[in-house]
Amino acid sequence: MKVLLSWLKEFAPIEGEPDAIGEQLSELGLAVEEITRTGEHLEGVVVAKVLDLRPHPDADRVQIVEVDSGDGQPLQICCGAFNMSPGDFVPLATIGTTMPNGMEISRRKLRGEWSNGMLCSGAEIDLGEDHDGILILGNESEQGTPLADSLGIESDVLFDLEVNPNRPDAMSVAGVARDLAAYQKIPFSIPVPKVSEKGKDISEILKTEIVSPDLCGRFVVRVIDGISIQDSPQWLKNRITALGMRPVNNVVDVSNYVMLELGQPSHTFDLASVANSEFRVRWASDGEEIVTLDGVGRNLTAQDGVVTDGSDSPIGIAGVMGGVSTEISESTSTVALEMAWWNPSAIAKTSRRLGLRSEASARFERGTDPEVIETAMLRFCELLGPEALMSPGIIDEKGDLPAREKIKVRVSRVNSILGTDLDQKDILQILDPIGFEAESVDQDIDVMVPSFRPDTSSEIDVIEEIARIYGYERIVKTVPKSKTFGSLTGKQSDRRLIRTTMMGLGLDEAMPVPFLAPGELENAGLESDGIKVANPLVAEESVMRSSLRPGLLKTLAYNESHRLTGLRLFELGHIYRQPDKPQPLPDEREQLVSVLAGNEAGEIVKIWSALADALAFDEYELITDSQPGFHATRTSRIEIQGRTVGFLGEIDPSVLSLFEVSERVACLEVDIDDLLSIPHGHRSYTPFSRYPSSDIDLAFEVDEGISSNEVKKCLQEQVGVLLVDIYLFDIFRGEPVSEGRRSLAFKLRLQAEDRTLTDAEVAKVHGECIESVEKKFSAKLRS
Amino acid sequence: MNQDYDLHLEEAKGKIEESSDLEALKKLEIELLGKQSLTAQAKGSLGELEPEERRELGLALNETRSKLEEMLETRRRRLESEVKGEQLENERLDLTEFDRGHRLGHRHVVTQTWERLEDLFIGMGYSVSEGPEIEDEWHNFGALNFPLGHPARDMYDTLYVEYGDPMSTLLRTHTSPVQIRVMEEEDPPIYSIMPGRVFRSDTADSTHMPVFHQIEALVVDRGITFGDLAGTIEAFTSAYFGKDFESRLRPSYFPFTEPSAEFDIRQPGGKWLELGGCGMVHPEVLKAGGLDPEEWQGFAFGFGLDRLALMRHEIDDLRELFRNDYRFLAQF
Repeated sequence: MKVLLSWLKEFAPIEGEPDAIGEQLSELGLAVEEITRTGEHLEGVVVAKVLDLRPHPDADRVQIVEVDSGDGQPLQICCGAFNMSPGDFVPLATIGTTMPNGMEISRRKLRGEWSNGMLCSGAEIDLGEDHDGILILGNESEQGTPLADSLGIESDVLFDLEVNPNRPDAMSVAGVARDLAAYQKIPFSIPVPKVSEKGKDISEILKTEIVSPDLCGRFVVRVIDGISIQDSPQWLKNRITALGMRPVNNVVDVSNYVMLELGQPSHTFDLASVANSEFRVRWASDGEEIVTLDGVGRNLTAQDGVVTDGSDSPIGIAGVMGGVSTEISESTSTVALEMAWWNPSAIAKTSRRLGLRSEASARFERGTDPEVIETAMLRFCELLGPEALMSPGIIDEKGDLPAREKIKVRVSRVNSILGTDLDQKDILQILDPIGFEAESVDQDIDVMVPSFRPDTSSEIDVIEEIARIYGYERIVKTVPKSKTFGSLTGKQSDRRLIRTTMMGLGLDEAMPVPFLAPGELENAGLESDGIKVANPLVAEESVMRSSLRPGLLKTLAYNESHRLTGLRLFELGHIYRQPDKPQPLPDEREQLVSVLAGNEAGEIVKIWSALADALAFDEYELITDSQPGFHATRTSRIEIQGRTVGFLGEIDPSVLSLFEVSERVACLEVDIDDLLSIPHGHRSYTPFSRYPSSDIDLAFEVDEGISSNEVKKCLQEQVGVLLVDIYLFDIFRGEPVSEGRRSLAFKLRLQAEDRTLTDAEVAKVHGECIESVEKKFSAKLRS
Repeated sequence: MNQDYDLHLEEAKGKIEESSDLEALKKLEIELLGKQSLTAQAKGSLGELEPEERRELGLALNETRSKLEEMLETRRRRLESEVKGEQLENERLDLTEFDRGHRLGHRHVVTQTWERLEDLFIGMGYSVSEGPEIEDEWHNFGALNFPLGHPARDMYDTLYVEYGDPMSTLLRTHTSPVQIRVMEEEDPPIYSIMPGRVFRSDTADSTHMPVFHQIEALVVDRGITFGDLAGTIEAFTSAYFGKDFESRLRPSYFPFTEPSAEFDIRQPGGKWLELGGCGMVHPEVLKAGGLDPEEWQGFAFGFGLDRLALMRHEIDDLRELFRNDYRFLAQF
């Protein structure tokens, strides 16, 4: 909502500098988005009359214009526009003028021809949007007159306000003035319009009926005679232009002016075209049709409201747009002026469904003031000028209007919510200037909410008004002491540990958006049952990810396309899946995925084992397995205490080619919810032996099909308690190891808790180990 | 006689200094102090002398031998240190050769901001609460005092998902549904923050993303006031942005708080910068969370988390956070 300072002052003697008033409006909850000083930059711009036009001898895109700027002498100007003719009046920025864009006009030569000023387009002097040609002024202009005087533009201040949905009253200049007056503690009033009445009483002219009272709370009609359709006076045009409306003709402009000033939209009918001079208000029936003012045929539904004529044919869509059949024209002399209070949600639905949102429908949706209608009608007639005459009498039909009820406001509650120390008197003084009729009743206050504040219906609503007018900034700031200890939950701490570990391993955290395009899950080898977005803006954002893998593969592809390869990334985030059993919400889980581009599967095993160590999962198993989207022969599942918590290995090469990733990609995928639900993170002290230890190295030739883990397990079982450490320290393939086999070399450390092991004991274990591995795996000890 | 030894010493000194390595020195030591040496020979024949003469010569011999020993020792140390020096010289390394960008990974800037905020509020005694990103209509709107058809729902460009009844399930438009979940699950007093990912049907540009992050705080306790809200925001502002920053509240509108406000921050003399929304928890919201609004009062405030990350690192395009260009990820 935009308001002009001069307009506000018609309702209250507002004081202060524009910036200070802007601050006050913000403190009232009418956030100022922009303050513009209008009219100032017109200094130096005068009306000039075009005397002659001739081509520039040396430039095609410029012509030479001779103008009279008031002294009767021809003045030569070079001009890039060609839309004027001799005799036209145009704005001339004289030498020394500073334009709104900061440019200073000087006398200068353009390809050998002098230019003594600049002729201006509307946009160049902030008078509209038109860039294309020079602004042609009306014929009544006089050369030499300052343009501001000629157009009746006074220097003024325009405030652009952001009005919240709970402030329908602030969708009018008068409403904003009321708030400001309350802030400045100055009187506020809406002047009573002066109108002449003449002719037959309206009851003899037309009839109205509200057929559907749930649609329309109030339907008021008056008749105005003596109207001639013409241009509005310049001052009125200027004001509505400043507030963002385009001048059309006097009737349309006045309708907009009244709406901007008082918040009440109106509609005018050419009474002669209204069948039987009768208006009916009702819900439309499905399939009913109307051609609206914009010439478009509209199909209506039972959720739309209509105004019909005496033949019950729609002549307007309630609160949204009138019909073409009763549109006023140059031949109109008698106008039926209608103002109504419409059911806000009905207007909201219809305007949205038809895509017809206007300044008027926006006000009806928020809820207009049903009691401003009489004043608005008179103001409408007054603004049309002394020739406009109103018929005596008023047609005023009532439907279902929201009841205004008294709200009980407890003084103790006000102070308890706000942290203030206000008494009854303070509160009454706060509420009175914004139209809330309040009276003390015992310890409390009864409040009658004004008709222009339909949003206010409960005690807390009134408390907000009290706080707003009292001033948020006057409320003393205090800090409550938390009665709880602040801490992260176990899961939240683990999440941090996971990220820190990944960081330590040199992995960067990626954060792709959780949307995928159709087909991307399938390309990653995953089920195509991702949860779909019902109303996506673009297809690329229409499927919710069921795994972090596709997003990270896309990230690798994006980077590869920028010649960034070898990335080591991880992501920790939510995934969304169709649940196995019906449940209120999808199966939303947390997943960790790491991708190492340019790495084989072995590298990711290190990442996993470091992570398991960080989280203190000391026992897990990697079991050769397959998983869709993973490499068929380079994948293991991770099991802890018999539960699968994830998979690791490499991404299937055919998946990589679909994602256009050319490097090998090692990948770890862990279900964080499953993983963290298994007890972990705690390590009890294990005492260690004080006696010397002995090491044995054993290298076995075994078939490729036998996993190193199986051999290791066999050794562990064989040695039993004496084994304090075992690890695979070398793998060797090739001569002299036979084809299809490889050598696995383990280092075993033996130690007893209560004694030093003798050479004989160690030799015995050595022999047993060889025997058991050779026997179990058809292995052969290498010497 | 003594003069002979002086001459011997003079001679020995020259030989010792000429010895070029430890091995030569060893040989020289045998020559000078061994059984066949001049002094050892002389010592052996001491018995043949008169006591007076023997004493005198003995002293002279001992003195000569200890001088020889000292000279040998000095030379040995010198040679040893040369050998060690040579060995170390052979091990010389250019350490800059090893400085080849071995690096830690980096947490995403959003995560860094997220954790920084968590730490700050934990310090103020708050815990951290979470909720699902795909929400039901009730928690995202209904319970937060947005009745069906309420025009305020239009303030949020909601993305719905195909799950359950049409329009029943959505991508949460704000972190506020977690307020309801916390009230449902925990008894007051509640001092909690709720960071999380939220969604809007927005076309990506430099200041908008269909996915972004918010954090909000909820306090529900006895006698919590609007003054407490303003004071807590002020405390947060100076803790996060710096002691010289100040905050102000301006009236605004949210269905789930009343009185509602926007909060702005600024450095002294700077321009006000709108940061987020806040207010006293609406009585209807407390009721929806199963609490009696006559017994419990509370406040909530929330703001965009990504924007703080952009501000801290002078990033001018929100899309950069989600593009995952390595040149971006590796910077922070």
